[in-house]
Amino acid sequence: MPDVHDENSYEPHPKPGVSHLDYAGEQGMAVEQGTLVEADPVKREEARSLWGDAWRDLRRRPIFLISAVLILLLVVMAIFPWAFTDADPRKADLVHNYLRRPDWTDFFGAGWFGYDGQGRSIYARVVYGARASITVGICVTLAVTVLGGLTGMVAGYFGGGIDAVISRIIDIFFGIPLLLGALVLLNAFTTRTVWSVVIALGVLGWTQIARVMRGAVLTVKQADYVVAGRALGAGTGRLMFRHILPNAIAPVIVVATIALGGYIATEATLSFLGIGLQDPTISWGIDISSAQKVIRTAPFALFFPAAALSVTVLAFIMLGDAVRDALDPKLR
Amino acid sequence: MTANGSSALGATVPEEVAFAQEVPRGEPILEVRDLVKHFPLTKGILLKKQVGAVKAVDGVTFDLMQGETLGIVGESGCGKSTLAKVLMNLEPATAGSVRYKGQEISRLSGAALKAVRRNIQMVFQDPYTSLNPRMTVGDIIGEPYEIHPEVAPRGDRRKAVQDLLDVVGLNPEYINRYPHQFSGGQRQRIGIARGLALKPEVIICDEPVSALDVSVQAQVINLLEQLQSEFELSYMFIAHDLSIVRHISDRVGVMYLGKMVEIGTDAEIYDHATHPYTQALLSAVPVPDPTARESRDRIVLTGDVPSPANPPSGCRFRTRCWKAQDRCAAEVPLLAAPFWLGGAARHDSACHFAAEREVGQSAAEREVGQSAAEREVGQSAAEREAGKAGSGAD
Repeated sequence: MPDVHDENSYEPHPKPGVSHLDYAGEQGMAVEQGTLVEADPVKREEARSLWGDAWRDLRRRPIFLISAVLILLLVVMAIFPWAFTDADPRKADLVHNYLRRPDWTDFFGAGWFGYDGQGRSIYARVVYGARASITVGICVTLAVTVLGGLTGMVAGYFGGGIDAVISRIIDIFFGIPLLLGALVLLNAFTTRTVWSVVIALGVLGWTQIARVMRGAVLTVKQADYVVAGRALGAGTGRLMFRHILPNAIAPVIVVATIALGGYIATEATLSFLGIGLQDPTISWGIDISSAQKVIRTAPFALFFPAAALSVTVLAFIMLGDAVRDALDPKLR
Repeated sequence: MTANGSSALGATVPEEVAFAQEVPRGEPILEVRDLVKHFPLTKGILLKKQVGAVKAVDGVTFDLMQGETLGIVGESGCGKSTLAKVLMNLEPATAGSVRYKGQEISRLSGAALKAVRRNIQMVFQDPYTSLNPRMTVGDIIGEPYEIHPEVAPRGDRRKAVQDLLDVVGLNPEYINRYPHQFSGGQRQRIGIARGLALKPEVIICDEPVSALDVSVQAQVINLLEQLQSEFELSYMFIAHDLSIVRHISDRVGVMYLGKMVEIGTDAEIYDHATHPYTQALLSAVPVPDPTARESRDRIVLTGDVPSPANPPSGCRFRTRCWKAQDRCAAEVPLLAAPFWLGGAARHDSACHFAAEREVGQSAAEREVGQSAAEREVGQSAAEREAGKAGSGAD
């Protein structure tokens, strides 16, 4: 037994009858935590995981709640656009609807946001345009995170020659401007769909994640707890995915979510330039592009798709921020 | 006590066939012979050319006995931690041998290495970086069982982890907490529990208390001592705090610039040191009594520790030693008991002029001796230069 006791030391083999509440009082440590946990003996016994704790933490953050609701709304809109509007986004009525102003009394109706230069309902087009943006954003982010994350992890963990080769490949890709590269790649497709945009952005975007991941792995690899894992006899897989990945993933999540917003914006840019999605695909980028010709007479035709794009990008960035904070137990 | 130990850990251990034999108390369990670890210094980007090596550990020989605590002391950069890493097989040895229960372990890999890892564990210096911040205490202490599932069946692991927490003096209810919710001393207890999980026979403690407050240091040291008697552990205890090493160690080894300069029982080292470096180290230990502090005789070493990439010829301490002679530059002193000494002074010491320090020697006398030594060193350095020039001409 320790000869010297501090207030934190704990007497092993407690006498029967000493309740857990007495412990918490004696420890004087993390009292808030202690009382919270002690108050509910059933909950105390639950094993707590990193993600479980992160979720508990996230539920209390207003930024997370706002962005999560927005993203949920956008995702539902992308999957079931007909649930939000009866109007047909492709129905063009130039005779009656040419650049008709928004009608605020037509709540959730075809004329709510007005009509564009083809006489199509802007509200319906905003709703239906979510699908292209969300699909591109999520799919590109997933692709680059998996591809870039694995490559960066391998480069950082093994180092040496493998690292040198991967790093040079990353450097080469970094030399290609995203828009120029996407332009060249997308030109190779005769008909451009959402998937051709996903492939083009994925091929050009993975290096960003790979570089961040490599740097994070290089830092974490040096940590004593990784050395301790090796000393216990842990294999490469366990060291990589149990010790290094959870501690190196935070910067990747931040970069990936910010990039997600960026990919949505890039898709809109490409569509705006006429090398991304093509009619008849409905995309905010295409609508912004066609609305710029009538910006003086009908600014609303530009405003609504642009606002939808901004809100979507913002929501993903805010979500990324909140998730990063929640995943870092040190910030709790 | 072993049976008691296993029940306390809640683990039924199928004994490893390879390392099953018991080593009687006082017999060597770990034999280190001429262990060398050089870190190559390379030049060039594409075609790497070795231009030299940092000789972090350069020919270290010692035995760790079953059930004893061997303290390793030395100043920063003398190779203590590298020695620990090489013994743990975390860094490959450049040369030399490490034998555990008579079997060579320094070049093992795969399953054989994993078996050794069960028997030799480590406690790290910094309790703030040695625990994965994303794992709960239960996961951290339970991980050894996941890596070595034969030690504890799946269903018993939670119980085993809670028992370990209890053994190291932490509340078993803390199993679901994260490391950052604990103080430094508590974290070090978690680190010790992780080291104990596999029921190792040897624990290498790499400065386990140097990151802790003094009062907490005492608790952790006492815990280590208590665990040693409970589980019959052998410790290699690396530290730079001489008082703590004296408190916990049965034997003490003193390192300087990658070499073991003196090794013996704690009484031999602390009361009958014969190597000048050990004497200088000991004279730097703070004395709590102000009057004794006034009258005592401090040896103040001049200069810095030479670079381990380019250590001095012969005896590595000679550049800072007041006893240095020409012989020290020419001849590497071997770690052996000096035949000209008797009694407690006759223990392994790597000095050509090993002698107990004369307590009566006045500061003035030593001053003279020191300046003489400086002259000698300067002279020998000049000779060495001359010798180099001569060999260059050849």
